[in-house]
Amino acid sequence: MTGAPVSRHVTVGPDGTIEVRVGKVEIGQGIVTALSQIAADTLGVPPERIRMLPASTRYGPNEGFTAGSLSIATSGPALRAACAQARALFVAEAARRWEVGPGMITVRDGRLSCGDLTTSYGELAESVDLGVPVDPDAAAGAPAEPTGQIGRSLPRLDLPAKVAGRPAYLHDLRLPGQLFGRVLRPPSPGARLLRYGASRLDPQVTVVRDGSFLGVVAADEAGAARALALLRDTAEWDERDTLPDENDLHAYLRSGPHQTIETPTVGEPPATGRRLRARYGRPFIAHASMAPSCAAARWNDDGTLSVWTHSQGIHPLRTAIAGSLGLEESRVHVDHVDGAGCYGHNAADDAAFDAVLLARAVPGRPVLVQWTRQDELTWAPFGSAMSADVSATLDEATGRVTSWEYELWSQGHAARPGFAGAPGLLAGAYLENPLALPAAADPPLERGGGSLRNAVPIYAFPHRRVTGHRLLETPIRSSALRSLGAFMNVFAIESFMDELAGAAGADPLEFRLAHLTDDRARAVLERAAEAAGWGTPPPFEDGGRGIGFAQYKNAGAYCAVVADVEAGRRIRARRLTIAVDVGRVVNPDGVRNQIEGGAVQATSWTLKERVRFDRRRITSGDWESYPILRFSETPHVTVDIVEHPGTPSVGAGEAAQGPTAAALANAVADALDGVRVRDLPLTPEAVMDAING
Amino acid sequence: MTQSFTLTVNGEHVTVEADPGTSLLHVLRNDLGLRGTRFGCGLGQCGACFVLLDGAVVPSCDTPMWSAQGRTVVTVEGLGGNGALHRVQQAILDGQAAQCAYCISGIAVNAAALLDATPEPSEEEITEALDRNLCRCGVQRRVVQAILAEVRK
Repeated sequence: MTGAPVSRHVTVGPDGTIEVRVGKVEIGQGIVTALSQIAADTLGVPPERIRMLPASTRYGPNEGFTAGSLSIATSGPALRAACAQARALFVAEAARRWEVGPGMITVRDGRLSCGDLTTSYGELAESVDLGVPVDPDAAAGAPAEPTGQIGRSLPRLDLPAKVAGRPAYLHDLRLPGQLFGRVLRPPSPGARLLRYGASRLDPQVTVVRDGSFLGVVAADEAGAARALALLRDTAEWDERDTLPDENDLHAYLRSGPHQTIETPTVGEPPATGRRLRARYGRPFIAHASMAPSCAAARWNDDGTLSVWTHSQGIHPLRTAIAGSLGLEESRVHVDHVDGAGCYGHNAADDAAFDAVLLARAVPGRPVLVQWTRQDELTWAPFGSAMSADVSATLDEATGRVTSWEYELWSQGHAARPGFAGAPGLLAGAYLENPLALPAAADPPLERGGGSLRNAVPIYAFPHRRVTGHRLLETPIRSSALRSLGAFMNVFAIESFMDELAGAAGADPLEFRLAHLTDDRARAVLERAAEAAGWGTPPPFEDGGRGIGFAQYKNAGAYCAVVADVEAGRRIRARRLTIAVDVGRVVNPDGVRNQIEGGAVQATSWTLKERVRFDRRRITSGDWESYPILRFSETPHVTVDIVEHPGTPSVGAGEAAQGPTAAALANAVADALDGVRVRDLPLTPEAVMDAING
Repeated sequence: MTQSFTLTVNGEHVTVEADPGTSLLHVLRNDLGLRGTRFGCGLGQCGACFVLLDGAVVPSCDTPMWSAQGRTVVTVEGLGGNGALHRVQQAILDGQAAQCAYCISGIAVNAAALLDATPEPSEEEITEALDRNLCRCGVQRRVVQAILAEVRK
């Protein structure tokens, strides 16, 4: 934030402890560790001297959402600027004391030195005022004395406590006087609560009802769970059939009303050539965090409200809560506490608002709300289903693509708090005086887009037209799922590139390279292909090999995936060979872990996942009806980092998803002699249907 | 409604008052302060809440107190003994075989039981044993490799 003081980011105690505050939050991706490396490197101190404070609206910088693979690219430079300025202020103080020029002072291992003179951050702390505004240019002017922290695989700071089984998550929070809450969600979207029976409830239990919002607060968690079960047994709802036909999502997504999103058209369509076209689709996909969402809230005696959340955006959540209840924003305090991985906008924010509503009934007492597995799988927003028509013209003489048209239909991919023009917290829509819960919007194209993320191919085609249609009304709530539209768009583009290569009689790798002018893109593709032994068959029966590639958001990380699959009676991903270029690497093992995890999760989406529903209810509410990849189904993954230390760092969390889906689909088609499944997931049933035409 | 239950948890005899239908998971986390056992589904489907019950790997969310009476429980906190990490936990840290780590407690309990029964498991045996544990971040292969590295030490 321009104008924020240096001390908003970093403070130094007399004992030399350096406290760093960031607005980004840990969601299992290791960002707090990577940012601590940047702070240590810039200040010239050992990393163990740095204490990373949890994000809080009470003292930390407002850095929006932790999303979009932007943390290392945006928060990294902001933190570096603040730390560089802090370091310069300490150097200036030492220079003043020693009556030397600041340029004569070196900083190493937390010590400031000039000849025989030496001091430390701690010894100078009381004389240095960090309350001055951050100068964004401070980092540029800072002397570059690499400490070796950048490019080092520093182990994750938060893992020892989590692996030891110590209280480490919001779910483990136990505040003085804490009570336990549960919310009874309706059985279907749009259902209205008619009545419920409270006669068998423990009289100590507080029931909170506001319209169709119904919850309980109990002294202990088991009591809250029992009360929830009793409410579920007795509640009567008015339900309607509001959901579309799960088996015809293409028609549903194309039915409108829509907002059309145009990208700039390039060139003119050719007069001649061979035309090819295909339709691709993906279903709704759940975030499916391992931990159902959780939150705590307390209405304080002084009129303030305290909220503890694992949200990806504590400041926007504060605004949304205040806006929903007509409170002054300054009276709402939101603290981040780690949760499980969320993979996008899951129910974290909704749980926080639930906690606020329940805690309002017991002023002064904190209430911890725990969602159920079923609610997490059926009421958290989904990644939207999508449908795409892609067509192209192939010049058969040259084997080159001369035109490319892509038309996409999708729900929006961004309904985070405040994003779609309303607070957007689930419970608000069920109150007696309901609050709007608008359909998801899309981030603008210049910020990577949502539905159209990665819809523009990276390949050099003489003519290109890419159009999107965002559905404006829907009963199925969608929002950001890791990589947004890129997962589907890259799956469609890269599948169709293989179809075109097949039509041209070309090798898929050579066909891509022939249409690529970006050297970093070419290097990543070639590295993955070489590592995978491209050109040889996979070393097992019923095997197929396929490749997929993209540059995330057409501006971030380059990632190429080669997949080896077994496509016999079952579809099994055996091996993924990946090359990635994320620019300057802060933490190599952190990058590898993000790419591996992203690829494995995308394997699960691609081969198995599909939100199920009938015309009334979402029906995939447990791990049997919403199966995800298991240990025995997980491919071996290797990640090769293509180094580009001279270029800015970009995020790694969302680079692998689209390329993985395409590589798997292309490998299945390779195994089946060109029989292609164009609608995800690639289940054995879908393959049989494709074989039978 | 509540009854008195006695059991041995991580080597200590404990007595708790609970409704017989209350899950062992709730008692561990709330009455005994052992919050390393995580709640993942409440349906016995994901493995995040695995504990050893008389040596067998069971989901504590699906274990009512009436069935735990008099039995011996080991949780993730007690795997290593004397507050130390079990070697599978150390192996997971050494291999940075976690992202959000919410699934790791259950995986560590399951893997520790595997090593007790099969001191030198193959990669396939480790994979098969952990098939009851779900992980959403995608660190399955890292976990298997970390345990394999420990076994081969």
